[in-house]
Amino acid sequence: MGVANKLLALAILAGAGSAHAQDPNLGRNLAATCANCHGTNGHAVADAKTLAGQPAAEIVQKLADFRSGDQPATLMHQVAPGYTDEQIRLIAEFFAAQK
Amino acid sequence: MTNRRSFLRSLGVVAAGGALHIPMAAAAAGSADGKAGHVVVVGGGYGGATVARYLRMWSNGTVKVTLIEREAHFVSCPISNLVIGGLKDMADITLSYDKLRTRWGIEVVTDEVVGIDVGKRELRLGGGRTIAYDRAVLSPGIDFLIDDVPGLAGNLERIPHAWKAGPQTVLLRQQLESMDDGGVVAIHIPKVPYRCPPGPYERACLVANYLLEHKPRSKLMVLDSNPEIQSKKGLFTKAFEGRYKDNLEYVPNSTLVSVNAETMTAELDFSEVQASVLNVIPPQRAGRIVDMLGVELINGRWVDVDWLTMEAKGAPNVHVLGDAIFPAPTMPKSGHMANQHAKVAAAAILNLLAGQAPSAEPLVMNTCYSFVDARNAMHVASVHQFNAEKHTFLPAEGSGGVSVAANELEAKYALSWAQNIWSDMLS
Repeated sequence: MGVANKLLALAILAGAGSAHAQDPNLGRNLAATCANCHGTNGHAVADAKTLAGQPAAEIVQKLADFRSGDQPATLMHQVAPGYTDEQIRLIAEFFAAQK
Repeated sequence: MTNRRSFLRSLGVVAAGGALHIPMAAAAAGSADGKAGHVVVVGGGYGGATVARYLRMWSNGTVKVTLIEREAHFVSCPISNLVIGGLKDMADITLSYDKLRTRWGIEVVTDEVVGIDVGKRELRLGGGRTIAYDRAVLSPGIDFLIDDVPGLAGNLERIPHAWKAGPQTVLLRQQLESMDDGGVVAIHIPKVPYRCPPGPYERACLVANYLLEHKPRSKLMVLDSNPEIQSKKGLFTKAFEGRYKDNLEYVPNSTLVSVNAETMTAELDFSEVQASVLNVIPPQRAGRIVDMLGVELINGRWVDVDWLTMEAKGAPNVHVLGDAIFPAPTMPKSGHMANQHAKVAAAAILNLLAGQAPSAEPLVMNTCYSFVDARNAMHVASVHQFNAEKHTFLPAEGSGGVSVAANELEAKYALSWAQNIWSDMLS
């Protein structure tokens, strides 16, 4: 993982409190797009990775690594670039808050 | 009544007991069961079961949900090609609606809708019951345009489509099993758009795989109305021209003129194909229940929706999901996508019932795995961001793609995908 990439991940997490008013459930709604493979609210069954309870910084870093190609993947390198930094931050915070 | 109400409340407590799984914001939203409105969902497939479950989960039981479904059990279309290929059983793709009742407090009614009064917000069931709703969600999937294929009407037992999982899946499997070695199997693929773009080609691979291993003198003809393979073209071409080069023939531009169930013949534009097993996947349209809305369908087949809410244009308070809608650019008709539509609709409906605007920034994504043999699978994936200016979903720049090659790891992930999405809609 490159240093620049790590800085990017930190920058995404630091970007809390965006200017425009948004739906308070946006993080929940966006995280629900992951459930088809990673289980409802990130509680995976079978061979998928559980995201519930993972630290937000780790999720953000992992997605940044998928985007950059530093982390090899079957398909997450094609999925991660479809989400904005802000969306990834909201998703990571939602999963981190799941017990 | 008291008994029933306290029963429902106790179910609400059960649901809240899974509060591990429920965001605190939603948990604080209210307590009384069903007080925040009543949503009736029609169709218990990938879209309908998901929206029913998420409405209950996200409202912490405050929104009452009734699910109307014709069948007593859910049978999955995804993975059903593995049943046809003899690699899975019907039991592997058949799931219960019980958890929607017991864990989530959803009333699941096994019946058929025979009337919708959009003005009065009422649905009429075949059993005679009338149900009032605040909002209705139709997730009816597809119906077939059987009459577009002369000779097919009344002959679906002889010439199965197996494009809705259930008895038709069993039928096609049995026909393949009882066929003598040396026979010809023909699959006909309709023009796009149809349900599950890669599905027919996955089926072709898994039928060819079965023939290769069990009936090596037999042959599969893949008769495609389209000019080329419609999904994962390079990857399917590799399978067709590799493992199946000696027992599979792919014929593009195969317009079907008619079928003859007596002689088991498919008449094409310029030729005829006589087969022992004839699997014609007919042209499709939105499930016919949408005709009860009285709205004009796009191309006479598909429902036009507002992408922020999934509400049908011209039918206020009625939301339509899944294969039945006219898709946004590059959006596939898939079970995965129906599940994603369901979450956009659930979030929007809860906001609307609470007098709030729907979320302005929805996003959906899709993943479709296809098996090429018993051990190897490959994917196509895409992400679709809502574009406010165009008021539709557009493929997110820089995202999406397919596998480099079919592989064993993705076969494992494909089965894991099925377990997770089934759990996400029914557990």
